[in-house]
Amino acid sequence: MGILVYAEHDNSTIKGATLNVVTAAAQIGGDITVLVAGKGCGAAAEAAAKIAGVSKVLVADNDAYGHQLAENVADLIAELGKDYSHILIPATTTGKNFAPRVAALLDAEQISEIITVESADTFKRPIYAGNAIATVQSSDSVKVITVRATGFDAAAAEGGSASVEAVDVAKDAGVSSFVSEELAKSDRPELTAAKIVISGGRGMQNGDNFEMLYKVADKLGAAVGASRAAVDAGFVPNDMQVGQTGKIVAPQLYIAVGISGAIQHLAGMKDSKVIVAINKDEEAPIFQVSDYGLVADLFEAVPELEKQI
Amino acid sequence: MKVLVPIKRVVDYNVKVRVKADNSGVELANVKMAMNPFCEIAVEEAVRLKEKGVVTEIVAVTIGSKAAQEQLRTAMALGADRSILIETEEDAQPLAIAKALKAIVEKEQPQLVILGKQAIDGDNSQTGQMLAALTGMGQGTFASEVVVDGDKVKVTREVDGGFQTVELKLPAVITTDLRLNEPRYASLPNIMKAKKKPLDTVSAADLGVDFTPRTKTLKVEAPAARSAGIKVASVEELVSKLKNEAKVI
Repeated sequence: MGILVYAEHDNSTIKGATLNVVTAAAQIGGDITVLVAGKGCGAAAEAAAKIAGVSKVLVADNDAYGHQLAENVADLIAELGKDYSHILIPATTTGKNFAPRVAALLDAEQISEIITVESADTFKRPIYAGNAIATVQSSDSVKVITVRATGFDAAAAEGGSASVEAVDVAKDAGVSSFVSEELAKSDRPELTAAKIVISGGRGMQNGDNFEMLYKVADKLGAAVGASRAAVDAGFVPNDMQVGQTGKIVAPQLYIAVGISGAIQHLAGMKDSKVIVAINKDEEAPIFQVSDYGLVADLFEAVPELEKQI
Repeated sequence: MKVLVPIKRVVDYNVKVRVKADNSGVELANVKMAMNPFCEIAVEEAVRLKEKGVVTEIVAVTIGSKAAQEQLRTAMALGADRSILIETEEDAQPLAIAKALKAIVEKEQPQLVILGKQAIDGDNSQTGQMLAALTGMGQGTFASEVVVDGDKVKVTREVDGGFQTVELKLPAVITTDLRLNEPRYASLPNIMKAKKKPLDTVSAADLGVDFTPRTKTLKVEAPAARSAGIKVASVEELVSKLKNEAKVI
């Protein structure tokens, strides 16, 4: 037995969340095998072999896995995964898409978004938008688990020397096909990996005003996020949403600008080390979770902030 | 074309839930319940497809106690034609729910199953994908656009980096994200009409599904509280605190 970790990657590099999942696997204990499934993903597999603590890398390089279609990837993992005690998958939109499919194929109840490993069969996970933390114990023989990256430190990306083995399993379920993708291009760090995040809410009033936040972000090397209200209003694209149903972030510094602090938003950022809130409404709930609160008009405070940092 | 819309009764999204003193779960007594917001989006999408003439019949289904009839009536007030309650007192887990829904899919033979991407109580985000796996259907999760074209459906999905569009053969499973549509409110005449629409009840045993959870919840705790910090008077003071006290910039 051992633990199978699914690597999130773009065929050439391993995505950061994978490293946090490897740490969760190490805490469970057992031999760690990383699966890299993709098309032309040899470079990603070599990168996976260098992650500290990984003993083996399996590479499934096939057209069927090129766009990580859930139907095909789930069939692959369900076949390979039977021989493991745990299957760990990053709780990203890619992982959340196919993980339950894997679990159902293996007749297992999935444990979603764990934040703590208590033992090999017991885990903690947030429920009700993080307003409660459940400790759950699984009795399934193969445990299918998605891992919330912010709950675990990243394993070292270098230092390991795992063996790399090709798996010749082509699974094309034939029910779905990739049409297109539209991915945002940005020179700023990824939201979930950034050390500093500055987010705007409804108080920003429109998309153009986010320019103020971009300027601050570029000075601090920060990523820019948004509340659901700002995304729903069309100020910024959906991939910037931080919250219960968007991205979960836990940076060293989170600056909330013009965000009132609905529980659904707090669910996505309250594990940040230091929280700053800038809001003109001093009753805004965001101040109840912030380390430093500034009651001020953001249109004056943010340009001032940019000047002073 | 027939659409099946599985929905869930959950604590209303405006309620701040409290953990029970004995750590056995969250307090549900005398708490306002409602249809899960993502399920409302699923019902709305089905209704819009019907208004476009793509869909001919909408069947809502839920799993739970008798009280969940209330949410089925809401779904019918919003436009579902009839509904099914799979009655159980167990705290059914997504795998068992997916198995029960599979039995309903086999009986009803819908071309589309539209459900919410997650319920805001357990935050699992599993049922749609599990149902798709068990029935061998393709899946379009976290949908922000759904276009039915003959025997196929194109689904644009919200993913971490932006959007991805996939094409699925029908029948298929779709799970809804926030921006797929803005659900309507039920009008009073429609609420009245919904009372007369058919609501069938089947027992979990009728479907041959065991709802006993295999995952045991050992305890439920409140998260570590984050205490409010201090108010700063100016941007200057803020920057100074961040540099010298918190040392994060």
